[in-house]
Amino acid sequence: MGRLGPVSWWRSLLALPNDSWTKTLSVALLVALSSALVVSTTSVLLRPMQEANRERERQAKIVAVVSSIIGHPGPLMARVVDLNAGEFSPDIDPVTFDQRAAARDPTRSIAVPPEADIAGLGRRANHAPVFLREVNGKIDLIVLPVHGQGYQSTLYGYLALRGDFNTVAALSFYEHGETPGLGSRITEAAWQANWRDRKVVNESGTLTISVARGKADGPYAVDGITGATRTGQGITNLLRYWLGSHGFGPLLERLRVENS
Amino acid sequence: MMRRAYNKTLIDPLIENNPVTLQILGICSALAVTTSLLTALVMSGALTSVLVMSNGTISLIRNHVPPAIRLIVQITIIASLVIVADEVLKAYAFEISMRLSVFVGLIITNCIVLARAESFAMRNPPMPSLMDGLGNGLGYSLILIVLGTVRELLGAGTLLGFTVLPTIKQGGWFEPLALMLKPASAFFMLGFLVWLIRTVRRHQVEEPEFRPQTTESKAG
Repeated sequence: MGRLGPVSWWRSLLALPNDSWTKTLSVALLVALSSALVVSTTSVLLRPMQEANRERERQAKIVAVVSSIIGHPGPLMARVVDLNAGEFSPDIDPVTFDQRAAARDPTRSIAVPPEADIAGLGRRANHAPVFLREVNGKIDLIVLPVHGQGYQSTLYGYLALRGDFNTVAALSFYEHGETPGLGSRITEAAWQANWRDRKVVNESGTLTISVARGKADGPYAVDGITGATRTGQGITNLLRYWLGSHGFGPLLERLRVENS
Repeated sequence: MMRRAYNKTLIDPLIENNPVTLQILGICSALAVTTSLLTALVMSGALTSVLVMSNGTISLIRNHVPPAIRLIVQITIIASLVIVADEVLKAYAFEISMRLSVFVGLIITNCIVLARAESFAMRNPPMPSLMDGLGNGLGYSLILIVLGTVRELLGAGTLLGFTVLPTIKQGGWFEPLALMLKPASAFFMLGFLVWLIRTVRRHQVEEPEFRPQTTESKAG
């Protein structure tokens, strides 16, 4: 019997017949260990680059959505907002934060009380990502993700507000399952362009923005789409929900004060 | 002498013993990723590097692989290498890796890789195994590049994204064949390619496995 050392242990392992139990288990263990090591090392080393790529892709999507209406907005800064507190949460990484997944996770979301649930969400994530553009240290554009029940599907879009947090720069829907040719016209550039420079809150401070039934008058409404009344109603509701006290309202209120 | 043997392992799989056209392996990905030359090239690179490394690694440990877990060991090594290749693409060629979607990950199930591990790397020393991996990888790549070139050229009038045949839409004369961008066209092309190779190299034509009972049959 030789000395028990790693080298002699290794040699005796290699000398074992291939069909022995010890060797089978050891080889399985060693192959699994080294594979796991290689895979996890690569994954850890490359993660920062992959996340940068994913963030660039997401930015490009949002920029495409916003620039389809107001022209290229330039670089946007992603932040995560704590909706319940109405403030930014710097401890959550906006790159990896997934709002839809969070809304399904009971520990990271809340049930929307029925009387407040005008957008038909059921549950709402505690946090939401927002995208900002700053000029001279002041926010002059904020892009908010909004979603809610339309006529027969959930509408997903981005609402861009200007630095007064009361003027709409753009509203664009990127995902929906509404009736083709009727409700689906909410994705048409011509209709989306109507939202530009609409106001959200009226002088007395109530949320007034809406999709009109038929022709709109005043700065708080846009024309409805004929044959898509329920879709329009859905948009009114989801905007009022997300701009209201249960959505981004508290954040916008704070920013209005801080930014003025 | 040694050099000649290496060359044979390297050159043979290009046409004479091509994994795609002779052994008809790995055609799933060959059909899926050849709508453009660029995706075909990236996929070729990914498969070739996985094949070379898996052949090399498996050949290194070939004398110590217990027969009971032989296939699992091979698959574990191949799967790890594929994940590494996929991660590298996601970091350095993000857009291409999005276009290749699941097909890089599916190299794990590409029969060429396991076939070379099982039939060559398990029985041969590392150097010839590396050569065999490289040769088979290049053989697969050759087919992908031919398919990718023809399909992109006829389907979109471009090569690597550069306009070669100006299409009518751009004010040119070429009417793109939409069929070329559909998976079925790759099947036809591959069929023609196999036919062509077997017309030139008649010995690749397989004996029929069954002959009708009425004719003289070799099987006894």
